[in-house]
Amino acid sequence: MELPKFGLQVIPYESGATFDSKDGYFAYFSDHDALRRELMRHSPKDADNYEQYARSVMRQCKFIKPLLMRTAPDPVRLRPRDVSELAYILKRFHGLGPREMAETIRFWTMSIAEYLDQYFETSIIKAHLAGSGIIGTGLGPYSPGTAYVLLHHYMGEVDGAIGAWGFARGGMGSISKALARSFEASGGEIRTDSGVDRFAIRNGKVRGIVLENGDEYEARTVVSGMDVRRTFIDHTDERELPSDFLKAVRRYRFRGSSGKLNIALDGMPTFSGAPKDARFLKGDLHFLDDMEEIERAYDDWKAGRWSVSPYVDFLIPTQIDPTMAPPGKHYATVFVQYAPYELAEGQWDDANREAFAETVISKIARHSPDFRKLIVHKEVRSPLDIERETGLTEGNIFQGELTFDQLLFNRPVPGYAQYRSPVRGLYMCGSSTHPGGGVMGAPGANAAREILADLGHKFDLGAAA
Amino acid sequence: MARKNAKAPHPQVAVGLEAGPFHERIAALNSQYGWMDWMGFASPSVLDNVEFEYFAIRNQSTLFDISPMCKYAIEGADAEAVVNRLVTRDIRKLKPGRVAYVIWCDEDGNVIDDGTVFRLAEDRFRLCCQEPQLAWLEDVAWGFDATIRDVSREMAALALQGPTSAALLRALAVKEMEQLKPFDFAAVRIGRKVVELSRTGFTGDLGYELWMKPQDAVAVWDDLVGAGGQQGLRVIGYQAVEMARIEAGFLLPKTDFLSSRTALRTDRPSTPFELGLERMIAFDKPHFNGRRALLRLAGSTPRRRLVQMEVGKDKPAANALVYHRKKKEVGMVTSALWSPTCKQNIAYAWLDAPYGETESGDLWVEIYLQKEIRWQRRMERCRIAEKPFFVHQRRSATPPGDY
Repeated sequence: MELPKFGLQVIPYESGATFDSKDGYFAYFSDHDALRRELMRHSPKDADNYEQYARSVMRQCKFIKPLLMRTAPDPVRLRPRDVSELAYILKRFHGLGPREMAETIRFWTMSIAEYLDQYFETSIIKAHLAGSGIIGTGLGPYSPGTAYVLLHHYMGEVDGAIGAWGFARGGMGSISKALARSFEASGGEIRTDSGVDRFAIRNGKVRGIVLENGDEYEARTVVSGMDVRRTFIDHTDERELPSDFLKAVRRYRFRGSSGKLNIALDGMPTFSGAPKDARFLKGDLHFLDDMEEIERAYDDWKAGRWSVSPYVDFLIPTQIDPTMAPPGKHYATVFVQYAPYELAEGQWDDANREAFAETVISKIARHSPDFRKLIVHKEVRSPLDIERETGLTEGNIFQGELTFDQLLFNRPVPGYAQYRSPVRGLYMCGSSTHPGGGVMGAPGANAAREILADLGHKFDLGAAA
Repeated sequence: MARKNAKAPHPQVAVGLEAGPFHERIAALNSQYGWMDWMGFASPSVLDNVEFEYFAIRNQSTLFDISPMCKYAIEGADAEAVVNRLVTRDIRKLKPGRVAYVIWCDEDGNVIDDGTVFRLAEDRFRLCCQEPQLAWLEDVAWGFDATIRDVSREMAALALQGPTSAALLRALAVKEMEQLKPFDFAAVRIGRKVVELSRTGFTGDLGYELWMKPQDAVAVWDDLVGAGGQQGLRVIGYQAVEMARIEAGFLLPKTDFLSSRTALRTDRPSTPFELGLERMIAFDKPHFNGRRALLRLAGSTPRRRLVQMEVGKDKPAANALVYHRKKKEVGMVTSALWSPTCKQNIAYAWLDAPYGETESGDLWVEIYLQKEIRWQRRMERCRIAEKPFFVHQRRSATPPGDY
């Protein structure tokens, strides 16, 4: 798609840190020697075991990564392509050898906390690494299945591809912009400013779409990037769909668990736990003592409250990309977990939104004495706001939970994991489909391949990457 | 809320390379500005001219900083049992004051690393190796009355190698050196500093290694360099060391073999049989890591073997593939060198069975040569060599000669 040609610039990820409540910190560096020194500072044994941990994660990534860019097989239908895909997965699994096969099963079913406990003894190191296991899910670090979520976040780093994890210059929106320009350069046309009202369907076939503003478009192929629930429950006439399919769609789990604060700052805040000119302040910052603290934050969410002491993924991207704020000013993006979609008491109104923001800001202010007085403006987004603003159901950033029951040939629902739907010509390409969310474009690439095949175009498996 | 805890934050760790205990002295000599990363330390690759540095190893004496090596202290009533469980050799036979070259394996019989074990006392050992091992050593020592300590940063170390190295120590009046046989070590005095001197090395020639406190490093260095003029002492970088170690038949982890603890692909690790190190396994001692798997492997043909090869003509077969009858691909070269001392073109290569076992004739390497931008391909005959290419008798003569 030649995204760099259409304006995408990526600044590679360099480092990040977790501060504990006693102004200690653990910094993560992409520089291997620096990371080893930092681990050694906390525990020589952890420094050593980090290599083993990284190798294990890398092995699992290598196993799973090729599966991402392939359509999942349907184990029920067992057409020749399903059989050969299943055989491919089994062969890769077997190729891991007996020890790694056992490790893989453990990895896919374990909690991130238990997984990290196997390798590390230092609380703050485990707390720092555990974040990747829970971000975007309605699970805690001690919930089984969270080790896999970590893998999903690490996938971008496989084979040490530089820039695989990085910051898009100008913010995440610049990725969408580059995609749009690339699409238009290929002759595509983009219409915005009106939502979809419904998919027009006749005799089990899609005929086009009707927009909320009344415009109608005729098409024999329609691809929905919305999640599976919005596509089929909100915008498709249910009489056109099989009951069991609808039931499966209804039970597909979203469970939004995170909120967001965007904060404009009058200057660069200081952190009482950070040494002067620390490079890691340019990266993702967290404020945590141990994994227990995340689990307690999760407990609040289960009870329908936002966390009293939330997990915070804090970043000031204007340090590495000054284009995002006026000169001398800064901007903080704060991912907050956990926040429920529905509050047990009250609604997501302005008062509760303000109280939620206050919880987060006071947590940050405990580590950054000047943070509060630097705030010029803030935007607060609860999971409900995220749903309203972006169309992500329940505010789940992955368009549905990334748990093992909703992966591979079960994503989004059994029997419809190959991007097709019960309606002929209507396809899915969003993160509700295999392999799920993240900014990797894999569901779209896989869907495109299937659609082109249906339209009679020959396409190599995996070649769309 | 004001903090009462006014403890200053810990400074950020260094990013990039770090200066070792001899850095100031080496940097002053490094006219090529050639540095490489050895466990995060800036280690010289070449200081002024790799030929001069290599010939100094073979004809004079040389100093090379080996401080970045990993060093572990294994101490306690069960220290001997721990080391014996770790390594494949029978360490009970190692007397205090002696050093042993050892390898150790995982339970599948794959080699984790090689290194040297110093027996400091009945209940005190030190293990020196290339790759970090602390977590593995602690796993091995679990349940034993022994402690494992990473002492890598508590010791600086220098390799003093070359035919005139004994003469240099003699000039510094290091008397204990006269009695030191290969693999012996003793505490000696260099100037006013106490140094542990071992008759060990990687050059196949007369040579020593000196182990000292980091705070004594510069003083010891200055004494050695000050006394070394007569013996042609030269400070060298890694490139010259690499040439000497290939000639002397020493394997290099990450180049010739991969540790089973770090290999990502499960078929990459290798067994002692594949590495030609089966002589290092003492099956007649009590249980040790990998024993059961190694016993099983002892009865079968290794699936591949690391061999030493002599290659035709004079162009090193670096990165070359090995062919049988110029057609069938049967292996690959890991290290290659035109040996200026042996006047031989030498290489280490992995050969898939049965090549290197029953089939050892008609082997060829495919060498790519670049001659002024243009690449040329050349098929060159090679044959398997049984012994290291360079081991000099003065390596083991005691007392050592002056040369």
